Amino acid sequence: MHIVEQIITSFIASAAFGIIFNVPRESLLKSGFVGMVGWLIYYLLTFYGVDEIPSTVVSAFFIAIISQIYAKIYRTPIIIFTVAGIIPLVPGGTAYDAMRNFVENNYNEAISLAAKAFMISGSIAIGIVFSEVINQIIRQSKLNAKAKYRP
Amino acid sequence: MTQQKLDKYEIMDVSLLAGKIMLESGAETYRVEDTMMRIAASYGIKKSHSYVTPTGIMFSLETKEPTKTKLIRISERTTDLKKVTMVNSVSRTISQGNISLEEAYEMLQEIEATNVAFPLWVQLVAASISSGCFLIMFQGLWTDFIPAMFSGGLGFLTVVYFHRLIPIRFFAEFTASLVIGLLSALLVASGLGTQIDKIIIGSVMPLVPGLSITNAVRDLMAGHLLSGLSKGAEAFLTAFAIGAGIAIVFTLL
Repeated sequence: MHIVEQIITSFIASAAFGIIFNVPRESLLKSGFVGMVGWLIYYLLTFYGVDEIPSTVVSAFFIAIISQIYAKIYRTPIIIFTVAGIIPLVPGGTAYDAMRNFVENNYNEAISLAAKAFMISGSIAIGIVFSEVINQIIRQSKLNAKAKYRP
Repeated sequence: MTQQKLDKYEIMDVSLLAGKIMLESGAETYRVEDTMMRIAASYGIKKSHSYVTPTGIMFSLETKEPTKTKLIRISERTTDLKKVTMVNSVSRTISQGNISLEEAYEMLQEIEATNVAFPLWVQLVAASISSGCFLIMFQGLWTDFIPAMFSGGLGFLTVVYFHRLIPIRFFAEFTASLVIGLLSALLVASGLGTQIDKIIIGSVMPLVPGLSITNAVRDLMAGHLLSGLSKGAEAFLTAFAIGAGIAIVFTLL
């Protein structure tokens, strides 16, 4: 039941973000889908006890992969899909907790939360980098295959 | 000779206009550079150099005559991914080679002039709904859904109006998060909401600099260190402004 709730809200939230960023109308549902898949992977991983940082890496990786496929099929800039997908992963909650602790003079707690938020942002980047690497490898192997078949 | 010279400048104008629209609408720096060089190449200029930062574009065409270089300043940046897509498709048609220079220039000018954004009320509804949905995603209670929609929507409206009213960077974000914090505190105090933390996190999400963060990462990966770092700094300052607004509410409480 929880999962159904998460699926619906993450889809709507990502598509709504598409509207705020003025994504083309025909891409709205697709960016909602990308956001939904990314959030679902993150949610399930954290639900089964995986740490937030590796979960973020994995889900950012899948978001970037799906976005690349969409960008290739529909011939649009990839950023349309990645933005909607990545927004839910952005460590807003952690950064907020850190800020709250700073204000309440709990510096130790605040610093560790801020470090965590920073690590999560870094893992979003790592996830995107991994998918880019795979994309490059596929592209190069395709080019090599083409070159081989050429007489 | 003069005719040819004129042509070179026209090619430059078309590429620069395309680059300008893309950069102003929130495209990644490396995509802007790539598009400008592609356009120049498809009009027969094999060697062109572009240097794009979030605040300006330098572009030069190497020809037999002395190299021509032009610089334009970008002062205003918004987020309008539809325009990025439109310019992208124009650049695709140019690369396929079935469009003249004048036609391309006209198309780009049209894109620059049109306002393709969703109407404000649609954006407002989207921001409110996404605030509510984020509340649920962050394990909030369904009873807080409507309060989060309220404060998220009001925060979004504040950002939009303060950007128009006072052109000082990050001030609008600061005010909006202040409004969100105060409204959430008010809602919780009056018994309409229960968890102030979740309501605030949900309603702040539409202000979070998600696009800047993604762009910064993609630019850094593509080797555009300057753009990546400056966009990262922009994202950080926005996040800081949001945090400061919330922090003030907590010190007041």
